[in-house]
Amino acid sequence: MRYLPNSPADRAAMLRATGHTHIEELFAQIPSELKLCGRLDLPGPLSEPEILEFFLQAASQSSRPFVSLLGGGAYAHYRPVVIDALLSRGEFFTAYTPYQAEIAQGTLQAMFEFQTLMTQLTGLDVANASLYDGSTATTEAVLMALRVTRRQRVVLARTLHPEYRQVLETFVRHQGVEIREVPYAASGQIDTTQLEAAMNAHTAAVVIQSPNFFGTLESVPTAAEIVHRRGALLVVTITEPLSLALIKPPRDADIVCGEAQSFGVPVAFGGPYVGFLTAKENFLRQMPGRLVGQTVDTEGRRGFVLTLATREQHIRREKATSNICTNQSLCALAATIYLCLLGKKGLRMLAELNLAKAHYAAQQLRAIPGVGTPFTGPHFNEFAVKIPGDVEELLAQLREEKILGGLNLERFYPELKNHLLVCVTETASKAALDRLVEVCSRFAASPKLEPQAGAVHSAPVGGDK
Amino acid sequence: MAYPQEFLYTKDHEWIRVDESVGTIGITDYAQKELGDIVYVELPKPGEHVTAGEPFGTVESVKAVSEIYAPVSGEVTAVNSKLQNNPEMLNADPHGEAWLIRVRLADRREAEKLMAADEYEAYIQKTKAH
Repeated sequence: MRYLPNSPADRAAMLRATGHTHIEELFAQIPSELKLCGRLDLPGPLSEPEILEFFLQAASQSSRPFVSLLGGGAYAHYRPVVIDALLSRGEFFTAYTPYQAEIAQGTLQAMFEFQTLMTQLTGLDVANASLYDGSTATTEAVLMALRVTRRQRVVLARTLHPEYRQVLETFVRHQGVEIREVPYAASGQIDTTQLEAAMNAHTAAVVIQSPNFFGTLESVPTAAEIVHRRGALLVVTITEPLSLALIKPPRDADIVCGEAQSFGVPVAFGGPYVGFLTAKENFLRQMPGRLVGQTVDTEGRRGFVLTLATREQHIRREKATSNICTNQSLCALAATIYLCLLGKKGLRMLAELNLAKAHYAAQQLRAIPGVGTPFTGPHFNEFAVKIPGDVEELLAQLREEKILGGLNLERFYPELKNHLLVCVTETASKAALDRLVEVCSRFAASPKLEPQAGAVHSAPVGGDK
Repeated sequence: MAYPQEFLYTKDHEWIRVDESVGTIGITDYAQKELGDIVYVELPKPGEHVTAGEPFGTVESVKAVSEIYAPVSGEVTAVNSKLQNNPEMLNADPHGEAWLIRVRLADRREAEKLMAADEYEAYIQKTKAH
């Protein structure tokens, strides 16, 4: 698309034609208090070397070595340098899956391997060539279930990522879909009695997340039994797929989808990330997005092509399985490189390291008087901590110690006042974790302005320790 | 391939053979030729209702996915399960072995609006000419 600026003479001619004398008249409907009067308060222009110097200075100030204990859908893992070296090769450097098999065998093979890796991790039969991110992958999984079952109710665990729930609600708002939310039990897992109660003959899908938003693992077979008894599909969303290196794959689910950012994609202010979607083979034709298949050419040599494209939007328009399911070829390639670099054994070792570090931190925090880990269900590298005081205040004290201490759960769960979500990956050293415990001990021991007796707790999660 | 005299035809290239109150439905030879190699057929389940003029399934070929429209309304009494694993039957024998579904007609008068074999042949000649 060309950008065609207009000159002052062009503008004057257009104003004459519309019968206005000044451009401001076109904005007369906008209240004056909403208008910017005067120029933006910006510094003057800089030369190229000055700009470089400016950003080098800024970087040196902001890159102080912070340890991040933030999880909640985005996970700080170490990224081997070879990922970027391979990604930025000209042959690979595109965000899209190419249509022309003749000139794109390398990229197509990489996507085929991404699909293979995803099915190996989730234990399901088929995967697509990636989706936009975990939230849209979850939404596409639900839309798939609506198509398969031709039913209209969707049941979501309250422990499904709150932003994923929002994205889903936005998608289906005008489609006559009824959404039910199932609360969590004291274990931090889905309340199975409430799940039973939320199901009826119109239920198309149940969506659970495991590890869930609190880091707690769900029992997929238990949920699957309840869901399948009512003829609905079970969708399992996974935001931390590294967990799959240790945990039994969620094979009882019909669709397993989520976010693969953990695999070699930087946290980078929330994107670009990479969604994945895997399903049982009988739902293949209802899958959204691109699929790469393996085939042979006219001379019998192995080759790769986009397959099942007749269900896609460029051929089937309004009847396509999805019209807004972009894929993330480049980030999927990063995930493929990452998984191949680590290998099966390496991935398992990394998962064990995450588990050990997170459980060490949880144990140390629990030992502090007044601090607890309220949810009793098993966890991988993420867990909730209840502290005797204001979470924001503790986070501020941790920042002084160069620690991003985690996520204030009250932001998404008003009932979880004074609860912090802590994620511990391999990037947190033991020294950093001990510093975390030290700050928390000091915080718990210091007298508070607001005594705890005044803070009534409404969550069904009570008992510290 | 000749178009059987005992069939009735739609403008969307489906055929129906009515015996008593049950109609057997398929797609025409013209339709299978236009679609090319058929790789998948999606059909309703017995007990479901189809409505005249509304899509009841899809046929997927290597170049397109197309809707199949019901010539009449009624309840599905049988589905040709052989097509699930042998969709290429639709290319080989669209007027025989590769029938799609059987329907108990809700209103026999609906069939009267359909074309006879000679009318259908004239219709596809005209379609081809365009």
